[in-house]
Amino acid sequence: MVKVLPFEEPIIQLKTKIEELKEYTANADVDMSVEIVNLETRLKKLEQEIYENMEPWDRVQVARHPSRPTTRDYIQLLCTEFIELHGDRLYGDDAAIIGGIALFEGKPITIIGHQRGIDTKENIKRNFGMPHPEGYRKALRLMKQAEKFNRPIICMIDTKGAYPGKAAEERGQSEAIARNLVEMAGLKVPVISVVIGEGGSGGALALGVANHIHMLENSTYSVISPEGAASILWKDASLAKQAAEAMKITAPDLKKMDIIDSVIPEVHGGAHKDIKAQANYMKEVLINSLKNLAILTPDELIEDRYNKFKNIGEFNE
Amino acid sequence: MSIRDIFRKNQKKRYATIPTEKAKNDVPEGIMMKCPECRKNVFTKDLMKNLKVCPTCDHHMKMTAWERVEIFLDEDSFESMDDHLETVNPLNFPSYTEKIKADAQKTGLNEAVLTGIGTLDEQQVVVAIMDSHFRMGSMGSVVGEKITRAVEKATELRLPFIIFTASGGARMQEGVLSLMQMAKTSVALRRHSDHGLLYISILTHPTTGGVSASFASVGDINIAEPKALIGFAGRRVIEQTVREKLPEDFQTAEFLLNHGQLDAIIHRKEMRAKVASIVHLHMIKEVKAW
Repeated sequence: MVKVLPFEEPIIQLKTKIEELKEYTANADVDMSVEIVNLETRLKKLEQEIYENMEPWDRVQVARHPSRPTTRDYIQLLCTEFIELHGDRLYGDDAAIIGGIALFEGKPITIIGHQRGIDTKENIKRNFGMPHPEGYRKALRLMKQAEKFNRPIICMIDTKGAYPGKAAEERGQSEAIARNLVEMAGLKVPVISVVIGEGGSGGALALGVANHIHMLENSTYSVISPEGAASILWKDASLAKQAAEAMKITAPDLKKMDIIDSVIPEVHGGAHKDIKAQANYMKEVLINSLKNLAILTPDELIEDRYNKFKNIGEFNE
Repeated sequence: MSIRDIFRKNQKKRYATIPTEKAKNDVPEGIMMKCPECRKNVFTKDLMKNLKVCPTCDHHMKMTAWERVEIFLDEDSFESMDDHLETVNPLNFPSYTEKIKADAQKTGLNEAVLTGIGTLDEQQVVVAIMDSHFRMGSMGSVVGEKITRAVEKATELRLPFIIFTASGGARMQEGVLSLMQMAKTSVALRRHSDHGLLYISILTHPTTGGVSASFASVGDINIAEPKALIGFAGRRVIEQTVREKLPEDFQTAEFLLNHGQLDAIIHRKEMRAKVASIVHLHMIKEVKAW
C-alpha cells in the first residue's frame, strides 16, 4: 500500500466512491454508468486542481515520500550499463553515496548520488542517505577519475544532510564537504546535478557545484530543513509548514530566484506514481544539458561554473 | 540617628542590595572585564595589552574585526574594501532588516566580515576578518560577496589571502542564497589556488556549520586559536543523534589537531609573527639553484 499524503485525500475518497459504484453496477441490478462517468470527469478535474496547485509543504511531503524513486532507480532506468565503484581509498566505503561508471545513450559517464534505503534494514545500512566524510571523499575520487578519462559527471542529490555524528566530526565532515566544493569548481569535464528528493544544506551542495543544476518539480533544496528553520527562527518546530513557505525551498521557487537552470516536471502526484515516465522526463533534460556542455572547452567549463555561482546572491551596491 | 551612629562599625544594616544573577556576572563596561572562562576580573586596559587573552587562564576572548586589524597588520596599513554593500531581505523575514541595522550600528561594519588590503611585516596581503558580534558572524549574500571579492582582488594582484573565521554558519534568514555562498567563495578560492597563490585560514572561536564546511577548512594552511570551537554540526544536535555524551574537548581546536584536521594551533601572541614568516617563506619565488 502506497502511503497517501494528506493533500491527496479528496482524490482518494473520490476514487473509492467510483470503485464502489462500479462494484454496485456490476453486482446489483441498477445501472449507475452515467454517475460513474460524471464522477470520473470530476476526478480528472480534481486531480488537475490539486496537483497543479501544490503548496510548498505538499511538495516537501512528496519529496520525502517513502516510495519516491532513489538514485539507484534512475541509474537503472537511464543507463544501459552501470558498474558500481566503492570506497574512498582512505578510510572506508560509505553506502549513503553510490557511484560508478555507466553508459548513458551509449556514451560513458560517471554517475554519483546520495542513496537512501527502501526499507528500515537498508536505511540502517545506508544511514538514511546521510553521508559521512568518506562518502564525500569517495564521490570526489570518482569525479577526479571521470576527469582523467574525460567523462561527464552526473550527480543526483537526495539527502536530508550530511550526518551530524561524532565519528563524522572526527574524520572531518567540514573538510570533506569544503574540499568537494573547491575541487568541483575546478573540474575540466561537464558536471550536471539533479536534485531528485531532498537537497539538505551543505551535505547536498557537496555534490552540487555543477554547470547545470536541475530540480525535479517536487524536490526541495534548502539551507536547513523546514523543521529546523522553524525551531531556530520561531522556537517551534511545529511551524514547519509556514517555514517551508517562508524559506523558498521548492523547485519553482529556486527557478524564480535563478539559482537552478530548470525544473523537471513530475508525473501527476509525484515521481513515485510512474517511475519510468519520470526517468524519461529526466533523460530528455540530461541529454539536452550534455549537448550544450559538450561544445565547451575545459577552461570554458570552469569559467561557466565560476560565473554561475559568482552571480548568486542578493544585495544592494 | 546621632552623628556618632554613622561612624559606628557594628551598626545593624537596614538595607541590603541583592544583586541579580545577571549583575553578578556583569562588570560595568569600560574599566573592568570578566573572563568568561575563569570568571576573574581584569582591567580592560591590561586585557587589551594582553591581546584580549585572559592573564589568569589564557582564555582567548572574542575580538572585533577592527581589533584584529590592529594587532595583526602593520600600523595604518589597512584599507578596507566593499563597505558599501548593503544587505537586503530577500525572503522578507520579519525584523531581519532592523536586526542588520542594529548590528551595523553596534559594530561599525556593514556586515559580518571586514575585508581589505594591508601589509603584514611589510608584505602586502588581502585579509578577510569575520566578526561574531555581527549576527553571530553568519554568512548571507553580502558576507559571501565580500569574501569572494577579496579573494578575487588577491588573485588579480597575485597576493596571499588570509582569513580569520568566526561564524555560526549560514544565515538562515537568507535561505538557500546563504547556502550558495559556500559554493561562491569556493569557486573564487579555486581560481586563487590555480594561480599558485597562498591561502591561510585562521579559525577562531567559533567556526561552525556552513563556514567550517567551506572556505574555513580548505586553506593551504589551516591554523586555529587555542580552544576555539570548530565543527560542522552543533554539539546538541550530535548528542541527540548519537545519544551519547560527547567528550569535554569535542570540537575544540585541540580535538581537531589530534584528528589531523589542522596544521597548527597558534597562541594569539605569536600569531602575527608566525603567519608573517609563513607568508615570507612563500614569497621566495625565484630559487634558481641550490
